[in-house]
Amino acid sequence: MSRIGVFVCHCGTNLASVVDVEKVAAAARELPGVSYAAEYKYMCSEPGQQMILDAIAEHGLKRIVIASCSPRMHETTFRKMLKKSGVNEYLLEIANIREQVSWVHTDSGVATEKAVDLVRMAVAKVAKDEPLKASSIPITKRALVVGGGIAGIQAALDIADAGHEVWLLEREPSIGGRMVMLDKTFPTLDCSACISTPKMVDMSAHPNIKLLTSCEVAAVRGYIGNFTVTIRQKAKYVNQDICTGCGNCEEKCPVKVKSDFNKGLSDRPAIYRLFPQAVPAKPVIDRAHCLKLTKDRCGLCEKVCPLGCIDYADEDREYDETFGAVVLATGYGLCDWTAMYDEYGAGRFADVIDGLAFERLVNASGPTEGHIVRPSDGAEPKTVVLVKCVGSRDPKKGKPWCSRACCMYAAKHAHQILEKIPGARVFVFYIDVRTPGKNYEEFYDQTRKDGAVYVRGRVSRIYKEGGRLICQGEDSLLGKQVRVAADLVVLETAMEPAAGARETAALFGASADANGWLQEAHPKLRPVETQAGGVFLAGTCQGPKDIPDTVAQASGAAAKAIGLLNKDEMETSPMIVAVDEAKCSGCGACVDICPFGALSLEILTAREGRWERAERFVCKVNAGLCQGCGACTVACRTGAIDLRGFRNVQILEEIDALWT
Amino acid sequence: MDVANRTNTAAGGEPKILAFCCNWCTYTGADLAGLNRMKYPANVRVVRVPCSGRVNPQFILRAFARGADGVVVCGCHPGDCHYATGNFFTRRRFMLMRGLLEFNGIDPRRFHARWISGSEAAKFRDFVSEVCAIVKGLGHE
Ligand SMILES: Cc1cc2nc3c(=O)[nH]c(=O)nc-3n(C[C@H](O)[C@H](O)[C@H](O)COP(=O)(O)OP(=O)(O)OC[C@H]3O[C@@H](n4cnc5c(N)ncnc54)[C@H](O)[C@@H]3O)c2cc1C
Repeated sequence: MSRIGVFVCHCGTNLASVVDVEKVAAAARELPGVSYAAEYKYMCSEPGQQMILDAIAEHGLKRIVIASCSPRMHETTFRKMLKKSGVNEYLLEIANIREQVSWVHTDSGVATEKAVDLVRMAVAKVAKDEPLKASSIPITKRALVVGGGIAGIQAALDIADAGHEVWLLEREPSIGGRMVMLDKTFPTLDCSACISTPKMVDMSAHPNIKLLTSCEVAAVRGYIGNFTVTIRQKAKYVNQDICTGCGNCEEKCPVKVKSDFNKGLSDRPAIYRLFPQAVPAKPVIDRAHCLKLTKDRCGLCEKVCPLGCIDYADEDREYDETFGAVVLATGYGLCDWTAMYDEYGAGRFADVIDGLAFERLVNASGPTEGHIVRPSDGAEPKTVVLVKCVGSRDPKKGKPWCSRACCMYAAKHAHQILEKIPGARVFVFYIDVRTPGKNYEEFYDQTRKDGAVYVRGRVSRIYKEGGRLICQGEDSLLGKQVRVAADLVVLETAMEPAAGARETAALFGASADANGWLQEAHPKLRPVETQAGGVFLAGTCQGPKDIPDTVAQASGAAAKAIGLLNKDEMETSPMIVAVDEAKCSGCGACVDICPFGALSLEILTAREGRWERAERFVCKVNAGLCQGCGACTVACRTGAIDLRGFRNVQILEEIDALWT
Repeated sequence: MDVANRTNTAAGGEPKILAFCCNWCTYTGADLAGLNRMKYPANVRVVRVPCSGRVNPQFILRAFARGADGVVVCGCHPGDCHYATGNFFTRRRFMLMRGLLEFNGIDPRRFHARWISGSEAAKFRDFVSEVCAIVKGLGHE
């Protein structure tokens, strides 16, 4: 005998006003396997739950059906309740007679008949339920942060300060990201290096943080709590353990390469550090430009190095490490406007630059020591045009989004020009001015008071005339064409996801949206999580942001990672698939269908006699990866793989129950 | 077995339609229809499954064999699947399903699949009402 107990809830009058609950309970009593049925005003309340527990004890009930609201509402409540009884919490089914009956039907007779049907289905299913036990997996207490911009730095520091080990992986030779390229930061105008470089030094000195630079994520296996990451360490050709960063090699290297960090406004040698305050403060060799590595000539750096650090034979290496949690902080890049804007000269005019190039120009430690000059001739510009929304908010250019930081940094740039160049004139072409942030509107206001002229409209064309750059556009407030002759034009271009971010995220099972920004699990309620358990998002990889928002999100992601790492082990749902090895033919159809890579074929030694040994393939389930969708069960030809809690026999019984 | 003759409509009663709804999207959408007190015909009985990809064509044949007048399968929109790709399998499987039903002497108009998200309560109501009307129209074969 199944000894099933059925409990019908009134939900106040929510249910009872439409469904004849007494009739439902009476009908339940007649069902096969049911030994007890009762109804009560509020099953989910304290006394309601107590009543169920008492009935379990008194009548020796072994399986429970509750006819009430949706299982999405109280299934966990009743599971918790069953933990206090002798009944396994998975020997429970809920008949949804509120959302699916009393709230959507008005005729009491019809509604009651349907409620009885739903109870009959639940009773048939519960009779085939199996006791299940949640299992747990151990958690590796170490986090990986991918990307060492301000987002990654903040997340790593927060996790490390909470007492957990963190590895920060950066693909460039130094951490710092875009923020270290900036001069001053809005709205307070504090110097970017002054607030970011101390954090970088904290990082490198932190006992819980290990810094990996010139590294990439090559492959990932595993899942929340246990990600096995294959890390590719690119060759640096400089022994980082003994190098002191004296700089002799950088001085003597004869090669000149355009510096990406300085946006091509200066040169750097082939053995170089990204910028003077780079962390780690040691050079690496750029293998594409080193004469020794490309042509087997030169070798000067090896000769001048007092410690013998140079190792031309260095090679890329790959190794595996395991992490419990992952924070993705891959940041952004600026769009390549030269490929998109022929009307702005497509890069033919040296004095049309983007915002980051301007940051380098105005930066005291930049190539001009902070003098704003024209890249073409080094002259001080008297008239500067700033163009906003270049690429941003322009579906025709394939970038419909607002890049969010540009309105404010354009105001900052205007302010810096007016401050540094006496008598300068600044025109800002804009579509809208967006300043939603603390003290942002005030900052913008001040910039206008300082003398920046805001012109509402897009610039349609930039061309050269008499050595000056003519910016032609429409002033849409006046409704007429305007032309400004400028000495320097700064295009405040669109942020876009960092190259390769989508691919890196995919290795961890996280996805990107149509524009390539990494996808949060819920846009409002789960903004730092991804669909992949244990993988969190920080900073501009998730969408354009300024520094305050980036840092806030990074701390949010860190809090999530800390919460995970604070646990020793994690409960996993037992409602996953299981394989009956005796039935499994090892065909592998299920392996291909699984979206989580949870299934694999393994060799089973079926028989081991004195003369022969028979081996065959069977499917194995990785309990940490299986999410319980059950897609594989349909692909299985022999019916060997089945989903616990939703087994074939349970669903078939539910169907049969409707027509008995 | 003459499946068509076993349906409830054949016996003159109200038709019964079995609906397989995925837990994450359509089941939630149906709950929302309740929360919003939307009204729809009482002919539908929902079986909750984790994913529409869990629905074995065998379940559908079984329902018809037992006397279902109609069967529907509902899941998340393509690209929105809680399990990433489950509903793509659903789509492929149920294109084949219609042919299989016809082969078994069941009018394929008795079977429908639809993507209904957790917020599309009205779509759930409309879909259920529509299938109900179709099935009633088919009556006794
Ligand atoms: C011209 C300009 C001026 C600005 N001025 C201001 C300002 O004044 N105030 C303000 O608040 N904001 C400003 N911003 C915005 C600010 O730059 C960003 O908010 C901030 O730098 C974002 O930090 P992040 O860590 O998210 O990204 P990033 O700084 O881009 O860092 C990402 C890091 O991840 C690394 N990475 C990327 N992909 C991988 C990978 N696959 N594997 C390993 N590593 C990877 C990158 O090399 C990089 O180091 C400005 C932006 C621009 C363009």
